[in-house]
Amino acid sequence: MPELMYREALNQALAEEMERDANVFLIGEEVGRYNGAFKVSQGLLDRFGSARIIDAPISELGFAGMSAGAAMVGLRPVVEMMTWNFAILAMDQIVNNAAKLRHMSGGQLRCPIVFRGPGGAGGRLSSQHSQALEANYAHFPGLKVIAPATPADAKGLLKSAIRDENPVIMFEGERLYAVKGEVPEGEHIVPIGKADVKREGTDVTLITWSRMYYFCMEAAEALAKEGISVEVLDLRTLRPLDEEAILASVRKTNRAVICEEGWALAGIGASVVDLIQSKAFDDLDAPVARVTGLDVNMSYAANLENATQPDAPKIIAAVKKVLYREGA
Amino acid sequence: MASAYSKEQLLTMYRKMYLLRRFEERAGQQYGLGKIAGFCHLYIGQEAVAVGANEAIRPDDYMLSAYRDHGQPLARGSDAGMVMAELFGRGTGYSKGKGGSMHIFDIEHNFYGGYGIVGGQIPLAAGMAFASRYRNEDRVTVCFFGDAAANQGAFHETLNMAAKWKLPVIYICENNRYGMGTAIARTSAVPEIHKRASAYGIRGEAVDGMDVLKMYEAVKDAAAYCRAGNGPVLLEANTYRFRGHSMADPANYRTKQEVEDERKNDPLPKLRAYIVAQKLAKDADFEAIEEAEKAVVDAAVKFADESPEPSLDELWRDTIVEPGEQDVRPRERVLGVKVTQWPSYPSGQELKVTWDLEPREQAEQADRKAGLIR
Ligand SMILES: Cc1ncc(C[n+]2csc(CCOP(=O)(O)OP(=O)(O)O)c2C)c(N)n1
Repeated sequence: MPELMYREALNQALAEEMERDANVFLIGEEVGRYNGAFKVSQGLLDRFGSARIIDAPISELGFAGMSAGAAMVGLRPVVEMMTWNFAILAMDQIVNNAAKLRHMSGGQLRCPIVFRGPGGAGGRLSSQHSQALEANYAHFPGLKVIAPATPADAKGLLKSAIRDENPVIMFEGERLYAVKGEVPEGEHIVPIGKADVKREGTDVTLITWSRMYYFCMEAAEALAKEGISVEVLDLRTLRPLDEEAILASVRKTNRAVICEEGWALAGIGASVVDLIQSKAFDDLDAPVARVTGLDVNMSYAANLENATQPDAPKIIAAVKKVLYREGA
Repeated sequence: MASAYSKEQLLTMYRKMYLLRRFEERAGQQYGLGKIAGFCHLYIGQEAVAVGANEAIRPDDYMLSAYRDHGQPLARGSDAGMVMAELFGRGTGYSKGKGGSMHIFDIEHNFYGGYGIVGGQIPLAAGMAFASRYRNEDRVTVCFFGDAAANQGAFHETLNMAAKWKLPVIYICENNRYGMGTAIARTSAVPEIHKRASAYGIRGEAVDGMDVLKMYEAVKDAAAYCRAGNGPVLLEANTYRFRGHSMADPANYRTKQEVEDERKNDPLPKLRAYIVAQKLAKDADFEAIEEAEKAVVDAAVKFADESPEPSLDELWRDTIVEPGEQDVRPRERVLGVKVTQWPSYPSGQELKVTWDLEPREQAEQADRKAGLIR
């Protein structure tokens, strides 16, 4: 199987879906002649032309809403947000229009649209450019939210998102674009709503998604050397949550740690904890632990930036806590 | 001089304006009786704008509006009973009672809502126009919004894109001079909204929105201009709402005198006088029309009143399209009446996208000029 970078996997998904369905177009800042701020759309303008690879002005709300309007009458827009930090300006169109058109129209309308772009911390970009905002969108009925960690999942989920009849919010990892992995060629589909056990284990379940997946895998490897068997569950889809997969894994290991890059309060992990304690309380051998970003804005200084985010040592400490080992 | 309009055309405009007026009067009354709740923004006084615009475009053209949205779908031909049922929150309403007064949608008649965020529908309209261009269809999109909405970022962002990409969209600002209780001049650096067109290099015009024929002519011209590929048009319909902003608003920020003066411009008697002067109809003809439309509205109220509330399992429908879920018109679902026209969501195989948003050579020329490439 060919090895591709995460950005190349996304590029492949876009190209294949545009080839398959002429209703699909890509719009965003710098997606065309610049080939994408993160080079996800490399080469697509030459292949598909300016009617389908559209360089938008810096008007996040404007082009998000314009694309939702196009989706209302049957086109299938893919809207690239340069980063999700800037999509905050477009929140009204995404949330008040795209997510609600079907409901407000009593089922008369559909809005098949994908909003995608990088999320999470960049490298030393400070507070306005380093935010993991998944929880904001997962809050809204009418949206689906996906956040793949691996190149193969990135391709498969983007293809599903483009074919979905609903608005889909796709968080890519800003720090994941250069990550390499095996990616199946051609028709490779990852269904929305299905989590994936990326590593089997018996002692504790680590629940995560996107970039934090890599820290969890690092922690799992290190813990294996100490004889602790960790199962890593990559959620991949945050709305709807794959409740069955979460509960099945917790029922097997009886312990869980959730790791998310975003803030703790009203975070996705809070909902996962709620799910576990309400549906699998009797299976738990310890309270569920959470590893999250600190409850502060992101700093520029290297040491502060690092301290703000989860990492493998923090995850290891949380795992040991739920196992009642070492100073827990 | 003979009228440029046929008798049928003129009487249709009168009939529709009367329907809108009567419908809104009854809606106001039903609100008072507690049958209608939430926000309810009446359109009384502004009927010439929706009716004139609708008569000037084709049934397959798209239309959308803000929350003052009972008039436009009725002008398009929507079922008055289903609109009233929506106001009543009944399962037989256009949105099955999930939208209410601010969210009327009738896709069969190409009326695409009904939006509660001031200015929020402006980008959607550009997107619908974009889709028409993408598919090489010569449809235009007509989008209504209020004077206060012109101060939203959405307005600026969208007009810039619509102009740059020559999208076939007609923006009709219904300037009724107030955004809720605030006179437009108090919040707008340039209260003549049509002048803002020049900022985007597009066509902008002011129209007498109290005269249905002037509205009709302006929108007809604008539609031809858009269909010919010339890009968007911004029309400012100068109009007036005779009632408060919503049913909750006694409107005491304006003087009695002002409202009385404006009532002299009532678009209904104006059109009626024109038709009579043209000797195309007599008082008795108008009375017949009015009786018929009154009966339509009475029947609408009766239908709404007798309709059941939506069933509770409706709570779980219409949020997400489930895999394989077919589109079913609400009317079909609720009343078992088959409808013929429905937006299709075709796969793109048969679609060829031929136009260029930004021709390659043109873009390269611009770069060369800017010294970016040699
Ligand atoms: C974004 C937003 N801000 C505020 C409101 C509250 N609001 C509803 S209507 C309105 C006035 C809008 O006036 P205008 O656009 O001129 O339309 P008109 O009511 O005159 O038809 C306001 C402030 C809202 N619905 N949305």
